[in-house]
Amino acid sequence: MSNRRVVVTDCPGGPLLVRGADEVVGIDGTAAPVERAVVAVCRCGRSDRLPWCDDSHRDRRRKTKT
Amino acid sequence: MRLPQPCGPLSEGVVETLRARPNGPHAVPEPRAMGDVTYPLTDRDFQLALWILYELHYRGFDDVDDPHAEWDPLLMVSRAALERTFEHAVRRLVSETPDEAPALEDLGDTPAEQVTAALVRMTARSGPSDVAQFLHRRATREEFCSYLAERAVYHLRESDPQSFVLPRIGGAAKVALAELQYDEYGGGRPDRLHQALFARALDSLGMTTDLAPYVERATGATLASVNLMSLFALNRRLRGAAMGHLAAFEATSSLPCERILRGARRLRLPDAVIDYYDEHVEADAVHEQLAIRGICAALVADEPELAPDVVLGATACLAVDGLAGEVLLDGWRTGRHDRAAG
Repeated sequence: MSNRRVVVTDCPGGPLLVRGADEVVGIDGTAAPVERAVVAVCRCGRSDRLPWCDDSHRDRRRKTKT
Repeated sequence: MRLPQPCGPLSEGVVETLRARPNGPHAVPEPRAMGDVTYPLTDRDFQLALWILYELHYRGFDDVDDPHAEWDPLLMVSRAALERTFEHAVRRLVSETPDEAPALEDLGDTPAEQVTAALVRMTARSGPSDVAQFLHRRATREEFCSYLAERAVYHLRESDPQSFVLPRIGGAAKVALAELQYDEYGGGRPDRLHQALFARALDSLGMTTDLAPYVERATGATLASVNLMSLFALNRRLRGAAMGHLAAFEATSSLPCERILRGARRLRLPDAVIDYYDEHVEADAVHEQLAIRGICAALVADEPELAPDVVLGATACLAVDGLAGEVLLDGWRTGRHDRAAG
């Protein structure tokens, strides 16, 4: 195998930054392909784009949908 | 791109000089008694003159024949005079910004912790901007397009100012900035270059991708918000402010982009418009972490004396972009009022 490393960086109060992964697999087995060099994986569960962070952890107000 | 039409004595002076005979003697553009400029941050003539001088360092103008214009000493004198007034106005605005934030020393043990806490704190306060909420819920297609036209001045040059900072910083901060810029520049895929995504959005609406007409119609405050990035990025002494600005910009982008995206869907705008904002919700959630933790924290760990500049840059970003947003909203309100009255 290659010597590529997968690195996960903790962002307290925010997502996990992941470098070097090919996909992120959800609890239901759905694999989300990684399409950028660094991805932010949601940890708060509020994102509308799971598994990716959409900054919803910042939005203190109730979410609005259209 | 051609030179934009000037709109007052300062921009006329700059344009006349740039159109003058190549390599011939030319006068220093008259830096009109700066006393005439009562508020540089919204003065269109002032900001346009500065924008044109800055653009010489980016892609330049097809109708400027002198290839040496970029580093012409007399134009440098003019640029420096305008920049001094601009920087003074920005620092004044920042000093007038209400600030309940604790002193940096009280926010953490190390400069990196202090700056991280300060940036998270100051950007957490801002919810989706009034502009984003307006675009989400209320804007007509015409008003949405006028927003894209206004923002084109930045987005057609998206991320270019910050590239000037790469050689001016080192170590982990340089690596993180390069990583962020790589994503902005398409991650190795020319079709995903963010500037190109925005140009495709404009094109899908039948709008030009030529920058000059957008510069000619942009408000002074919008030009100021773009000039602010060049001011910070083209002056090495302000590299800390450039990176603080970037952090605040990215950290206040994801949620508004989500609102704007919903507005674009509400108006059934073309896929290219949806794609631009869709990309930015996800990308800017990453960039925010890279900018705050990867770039700014590493930069002040390396150069602790830059900590106050990082905070200055972030505060300036929020204040000047806020000003530009207010001017835009006022324009929409006035337009609706006039239409209702007419």
